[in-house]
Amino acid sequence: MAENDKTEVLSAKIWDLLKKYGEIVLEDVEIEVDELELIFQPGVPVAIAKPVAKAVEVVKELVEEKFKEPEMEWTGKVVEVKIGATKSEGGTRDRTFIIGGETLPAFYMFKGIMPHPPVIAMDVFDMKIKLPKSIRMHFEDVMEDPAEWAKRCVEKYGADMINLHLVSTDPYIKDTPPSEAAKVVEEVLQAVKVPLCVGGSGDPVKDVEVFKKVVDVAEGERILLNSLNLDMKLEDIAEYLKNKDVVIIAFTPMDLDKARELNRKLYDYVSKDRIMMDTNIAGIGYGLEYGFTVMERARLAALKGDTDLQHPIAAGVTNAWAAREAWIKMDPFWGPKEIRGPAWESITGLTALLAGADYFMMMHPHSIRTMKEIIKNLLEGSSGKAEDIYDWVSAKLG
Amino acid sequence: MAFAVKLVNMETKLELCTPLLEEAKYKKSYEQLKEMLTPPVREVELRSDKKVVKIGGEYVLHRHELTYINPPPIAIDVDDTMSKEELIKRINFAESFKYTYIGRELTLDLIAVRSVSNDPEAFKKTVNFVASNTSLPLVLCTLNPKVMEAGVSALPNGKPLLYAATKDNWMKMADIALKNKLPLAIFSPGDLDMLVSLAKTLLKMGISEIALDPGTFVGFSGLRTTIDAFTMLRWKACNEDYDLAGWPLIGTPITAWKMIDGDSQTKAWWEMITASVLIIRYADLLIMHSLEGWVYLPLVMLRFNIYTDPRKPVAVEPGLRIIGNPNEMSPVMLTGNFALTYYIVSGDIEAGKVDCYLLLADTEGIAVECAVPGRKLLPDNVAEILKSSGIEKKVKHRILIIPGKAARLAGDIEDATGWRVLVGPLDSKDIPKFIEEKWKPESIKKLMES
Repeated sequence: MAENDKTEVLSAKIWDLLKKYGEIVLEDVEIEVDELELIFQPGVPVAIAKPVAKAVEVVKELVEEKFKEPEMEWTGKVVEVKIGATKSEGGTRDRTFIIGGETLPAFYMFKGIMPHPPVIAMDVFDMKIKLPKSIRMHFEDVMEDPAEWAKRCVEKYGADMINLHLVSTDPYIKDTPPSEAAKVVEEVLQAVKVPLCVGGSGDPVKDVEVFKKVVDVAEGERILLNSLNLDMKLEDIAEYLKNKDVVIIAFTPMDLDKARELNRKLYDYVSKDRIMMDTNIAGIGYGLEYGFTVMERARLAALKGDTDLQHPIAAGVTNAWAAREAWIKMDPFWGPKEIRGPAWESITGLTALLAGADYFMMMHPHSIRTMKEIIKNLLEGSSGKAEDIYDWVSAKLG
Repeated sequence: MAFAVKLVNMETKLELCTPLLEEAKYKKSYEQLKEMLTPPVREVELRSDKKVVKIGGEYVLHRHELTYINPPPIAIDVDDTMSKEELIKRINFAESFKYTYIGRELTLDLIAVRSVSNDPEAFKKTVNFVASNTSLPLVLCTLNPKVMEAGVSALPNGKPLLYAATKDNWMKMADIALKNKLPLAIFSPGDLDMLVSLAKTLLKMGISEIALDPGTFVGFSGLRTTIDAFTMLRWKACNEDYDLAGWPLIGTPITAWKMIDGDSQTKAWWEMITASVLIIRYADLLIMHSLEGWVYLPLVMLRFNIYTDPRKPVAVEPGLRIIGNPNEMSPVMLTGNFALTYYIVSGDIEAGKVDCYLLLADTEGIAVECAVPGRKLLPDNVAEILKSSGIEKKVKHRILIIPGKAARLAGDIEDATGWRVLVGPLDSKDIPKFIEEKWKPESIKKLMES
């Protein structure tokens, strides 16, 4: 990489300069070998700045300069993944979504607009679960009925898709048998006509059995499965999915090497355009920086040509609610939890959006509105007009 | 050699090598080294009598390429038509804002004084009043040079940022900045050619510190322009060595209060959202208007997260922590060594006045939630820490309470350790209740015998 070359030039220059003046260099002569290696470590700054002109001149006129847009070249492309199937395609959905296809980092609009807008899906659970009050208040009356819950999300809150989580199948919760869980999938497929994503309980053994039943009842609908991971018997489940019309989310816990490993394993069974990846995101204050950076690195690597990472990215933004600040009662100074919660979820979602995520799993109606609004502003919005803000400095504000 | 390594990794400062500064024969080397180590985004320092705030100083576009350096300070605005009570209220908000997160205090940083009256005397008076009632450095905001001059004259000490030079006022603003040796911001909304032309002009005039505001447009009419401008400017500075873009970028989410229709809560919401986007997309200073704790809480935490050095995991030492005054029958609880996990869990236990032993397994600084699927919390490691911590000598029972989020590992931990496992609550705030209900002599006995 270019950065590394520059680093070495910089390191070498510093080394040369310091070498000239032995008393500086040799102050600490007991050199550890790993210290020596450090100097050529990649990722060290690229600063080789030119001196700033200090001479004072009498300037009477503006010195004109043209701003040239950045020059960049990206060689990789994210695969396009299609979710859902309409009647003519063998399913019963009203519409389908294509996501991915990017050839640029997220929201470099000066170079081009992303080919497919991100998709916002809302979470629905197959049993009444504990949810923060500010979410629960919107779904209280439908939480015992996943089909009605899904309808509420689509009809009232404009969800593009539904993420159905079969949490009750967890051996530690209700241990619902796969065939029974699959019935809920059928009910939801009938209740709403948007494409469906179905998640398990996270138990790597049970999920394999649940997923098999789920894809059987959803045959032809090209649902999204959430998710396959390295703890599962992939030779069993991925083999089973080989010839099914289903798209897979490959989940790895904030680790790019594992993301590559899982994708490569899945390539043995399914084509690339049936894989989306979830590199894991955490909420503000709860590891957001790890999730953000892994996601950003995954996308940049994909665009630089890493063929193991060229997949659309799914982001479990609902994780934002794990942050206590999103739902506990705090001193009144910090405002009501009813507004802190959606703020947490919205900003966590925007962080993933700017890192390159394509598919968003979310919960609170206000966060979803905010995400959709920002996406619209960025993809369809007009150019800023100076007169709209020129006088902000002197404006009397409310 | 060790010093050179640290220098390249940004872990020390060149000036700490004193012979370079003290001896004349090294002057040239010092200058060469300094130039080489100058970040592509230059650092500008703002000062009050009591505080220093640095902006810019960035080396990289993406944090994983090294680390971000200076978290963008947030300035709360006041204006010269506000009453003294109003000014004090806003200053106090900025001064007293404090949130403790994993042992660090997150704060607001600056006061931006705006001239709404456009009257030099009124501005001077307000600047004077604000400066004598705050410890925070200031940003003086007016596009009228006469007003700016009056404001600057009220601040004999300190180093505020002057906001701003524009295509219309640059010559006079530059004179004020030069005369007083103060950093000058350039405001050129929606016009990058003008922005860099002004930058070039001011630098040629001899101004040594500038900052760039390409305009913060909020919502449908221009957010896109703003994100593009910030991204392009930072790209040009970091990846193309374009000097004129290599200065701190100023974001003004305060414009939401002009551009967004609706009640004040709606305006505050979009101000917060815009600020969050700008924290991620390279802003080095933010000027804001809301006076709501909920607006700034997620922002200061987001800022802390994004500006955390990715080369250093936020972990605490694994091992045994003693909370309160536990005895040989007190509970033993397990968690990971992610700093945040430790601070929250120990905080909750302390708040609930539970005397216990807390074992921190080495999860490589990863939260339990991710450590379980990520195989960073392994039964064998738990067995190891039970032995190495000496806990076996401290308690008579052999019951380990594990986090609810690690329930899946209960059986494997029992097998690996020979201890009985009790699955604790999903959230540590429920620990006191859990202990009260489950940790009773008869239930301990039952557990040990089963």
